[in-house]
Amino acid sequence: MANYSTNEFRSGLKVMLDGDPCSILDNEFVKPGKGQAFNRVKMRNLTTGRVWERTFKSGDSLEGADVMERTMEYLYTDSEFWYFMEPDTFEQFEADAKAVGETHLWLKEQDRCEVTLYNGSPLSVAPPNFVELEITETDPGLKGDTASGGSKPATLSTGAVVKVPLFLSQGEVIRVDTRTGEYQGRASKS
Amino acid sequence: MNWQPAAQLEQLQARAQLLARIRGFFAQREVLEVETPLLCASGITDPAIEPLKVERGVSITAPRYLQTSPEYAMKRLLAAGSGPIYQLTRAFRDGEAGGRHNPEFSILEWYRPSFDHHQLMVEVAELIIECLGEQPVEYISYQQLFQQLLAVDPHNAEAAELEELAVEYLDPGTLSGDKDLWLDLLMSHVLEPQLAGRGLCFIYDYPASQAALSQIVDVDGVPVGQRFELYVNGVELANGYRELTDAAEQRQRFEADNLRRREYALPEYPIDQHLLAALDYGLPECSGVALGVDRLLMLLTGVRDISEVLSFDWHRA
Repeated sequence: MANYSTNEFRSGLKVMLDGDPCSILDNEFVKPGKGQAFNRVKMRNLTTGRVWERTFKSGDSLEGADVMERTMEYLYTDSEFWYFMEPDTFEQFEADAKAVGETHLWLKEQDRCEVTLYNGSPLSVAPPNFVELEITETDPGLKGDTASGGSKPATLSTGAVVKVPLFLSQGEVIRVDTRTGEYQGRASKS
Repeated sequence: MNWQPAAQLEQLQARAQLLARIRGFFAQREVLEVETPLLCASGITDPAIEPLKVERGVSITAPRYLQTSPEYAMKRLLAAGSGPIYQLTRAFRDGEAGGRHNPEFSILEWYRPSFDHHQLMVEVAELIIECLGEQPVEYISYQQLFQQLLAVDPHNAEAAELEELAVEYLDPGTLSGDKDLWLDLLMSHVLEPQLAGRGLCFIYDYPASQAALSQIVDVDGVPVGQRFELYVNGVELANGYRELTDAAEQRQRFEADNLRRREYALPEYPIDQHLLAALDYGLPECSGVALGVDRLLMLLTGVRDISEVLSFDWHRA
């Protein structure tokens, strides 16, 4: 991979640091008038998810990281791996539990996900912002109770537990915002 | 194609008013406005500043450099007997781009024969207050500032001690360097942000290793450069010196700069022989200061990014 100098660091650039691929979020040029110039760089370690700032001498360089983001279709899991497919080439990728992390709570077959590949293998998986999932377990619905504003926990087909209004019952399909884990409404009938 | 300016019309108006106010300030004090060449035969040897080079042209027999400040030419005018002078011009510094830096920027520089750096600091404060309105003003030595905010003596601390201190505040990764690197790091990353609420803060008497073009004197047994920096609410705005007038010492510093450049594998630049000849002839005892006009405008109009005060920033130029 090419090397990138601090003056080429842009938000979104992927570089190798301490053996891990990192994504640059922000790059601030800091220089006392008559002194050493620095770049204070905010980055995310793509392996651990940690976000922090590191300071470099201006002009220092880092090796680029072979990191790509692809939209893929989620196929299935055999509990050890989660399988994804590139829709254009039908190429399949297996992601382990570390790469999938908490995202497994939002993975529904055939949904499109953002898969980050590092050296050709999945490093992380981001679910769609909204998913529609079936309620597999919740307290019986209180018919007609649409006004009281109370909520109850509901377990979804993926194992995720979200708070839903009291009137919903098992078997219904709901829409959830995966970024907050919040109930958005009943799924649109299709 | 984005042909439009970076700055709003109000910013252009504020700049015009600010320039008029600055000119009025100096006219009233009988400081002469001067102009000097932008494209000079000598660059700058300071290892922390990189000039832009112009290499081709019918008139160019040897490479010329866009000035990084008008300092050398103005000192030649002083040696020739100009008396107090100021200049509003453009300066260029390669590689300096960011929220508070544009590689081409407006600079205000002025010189006061017979002033020491303390007298000049007072005049700088008067100008800033005339431009920005009433502000608290504080004068603190470099040593006092480090002692006050970091409980460390910058003159006597070892590099390793400063490095340990830096690690408490930030992630310096693989940074390595001499004591000045750690002092610069602490100053820019730890101290500067803490000056945000302190109005005008003049920091004076820098370590001798950071004296640049200032006279070095002994203060309480420690050699310090009679240099000052002004921070306005945490924004570095001006840098001044009680100017070095000794030609032999000036030559030594230029040569030492080029040695450091060689050490760091940076390009070396020809020494300004015109300046040395002027110092040989005799530069009057004086103090001088350079001030970032774009940053002053940022402070005046309350914007955070330098591009907002420039008609066309580097990317639109």
